[in-house]
This record gives sequence, C-alpha cells and structure tokens, in this order.
Amino acid sequence: MFVNQFLVLAAVLFCIGVYGVIARKNAVLVLMSIELILNSVNINLLAFSMRNGSLDGHTFALYIIAIAAAEVGVGLAMVLLMYRNRRSIDLDELSEMKG
Amino acid sequence: MFASDVLVAQNIGFAIIATIMVVGALRVVTTSNVVHAALWLVVVLAGAAAQYVLLAAEFVAITQVLVYIGAVMVLFLFGTMLTRARIGAESDLNNKNWFFGIPVALALFVAMAMALDSGFGSQKMPADPAVATTQEISDQIFGPYLLPFWALSFVLLAAVVGAIVLARRD
Repeated sequence: MFVNQFLVLAAVLFCIGVYGVIARKNAVLVLMSIELILNSVNINLLAFSMRNGSLDGHTFALYIIAIAAAEVGVGLAMVLLMYRNRRSIDLDELSEMKG
Repeated sequence: MFASDVLVAQNIGFAIIATIMVVGALRVVTTSNVVHAALWLVVVLAGAAAQYVLLAAEFVAITQVLVYIGAVMVLFLFGTMLTRARIGAESDLNNKNWFFGIPVALALFVAMAMALDSGFGSQKMPADPAVATTQEISDQIFGPYLLPFWALSFVLLAAVVGAIVLARRD
C-alpha cells in the first residue's frame, strides 16, 4: 500500500466537500459537506499515524469525531431556529448583516 | 497466506471502497433530494470506517460507526424532517452561481495532488503495521493528551447546552 493512495482519496473527498459548501444553498446540505471535509481529515490523520508508527493520529481522529458531533448538534439547532423564524433554510436569504 | 497476497487483497479492497466513497460523496453534493443526500452520506461514512480498518485503526472505525452512522445521521434526518414540510426531490438546493464551485474544487485538487506527489511520491506504508489496541489509545488519551480531552469535554458540554438553548421554543 502506498502512503499516497490514502492521501489522494482524502484530497478527493476534501475537494468534493469544498464544492458542496460553495454550491449548496440548503443549510443541511452544507453541514453534510462539512462532514465530508472532516472525514477526509480523519483519513489523513490515520494514514500518517500508520506511516509513522505512532498513535497520536488515532487520538486526534477521535477528538475530531467528538468535535464533529458537537458541531452538527449546534449547527442543526441553528438551522431549526432559522426555519422557525423565516420558514426557509436557504443560506442566501440570510442577508440582514450585509452593509 | 503470504504477505504479498494480503497486500494485494488490501489494495483491491482499498480500490473498491475508495470508488464507492467517491461516488457516494459526489451524489451527496449533486442529488436533488435531501434525504437521499443523507443516505449517500451514510455510504461515505461507512466507507471511511472500512478505510480506518485498513489503516489498522479498529477503535476509531468502531467509534466512526457508533457516532457518525448512529448519532450524527439520526440528527441529520431529524433536522431534515423538522425543517422540511415535504420530503422529495427539490429543484432549488443549489446557489444560483453554483458553477464556480467546480473550478475552485478542481484547482484545489490539482494543487493538493501536486504537493502530495512531490512530498510522498512512491513511499510505502510499513509492511506489517502494529494494530492499535484500545488499551494503547486509552493510555494516550488519559496520559499525554489528557488536557485536550478535558477541553473537549467542556466543548461538548457547551455544545449540548447551546443546542438546547437555541432549539428551545419560548
């Protein structure tokens, strides 16, 4: 197994996630794209952990999973609040702070 | 079984899982149905768990299945259910200038691929890596990484309280 095969897979997933964050208007789909990005980071951490023969990457991958769970919880609560106030979760309609 | 046979099997497994993951990820960002996007995301997350097993990270793989596929997915489906009156295909999920995402993603990928190629070239993984046991990982978390673990528990507490405060109806 090459080191690069995992890293390139992670890069592909990262770029697809970035595309999703840019292209999507629906807030839930943007959160899903962020999950793709976080997962690609985890694959990278574990690949480097295996390459270097250390366990630090495993620890940080677990921390990232926990942070992602917290982020989804808060993010979906915000989406819910947005839907309750505006009857829509389209991100391009949130323009009150535009100067 | 010889070590080279195991390596061939690992590479075939990697290729199959990687293909499924990339197709699933593309469907997540292109499908016109939010529930379908969530279900394709399950495919990608399960594929990531399989890759973690290939990378000799059993505990992280199990945590991935429990937390992501178990908890995060349920949250996503509930979020979809609570914010959408109807569940089905929709036409206006993309921004009106969504097209600009494609060149950005492609340029980013080309840059990262060139950096990875020049940085790691044809380096190989160690032939027989040690599988990380749960005991070793817990020694890491509760030993040198105790302070980040502490901070993380405060972050989780704040996130749970914040989510309740935000979503409360009054």
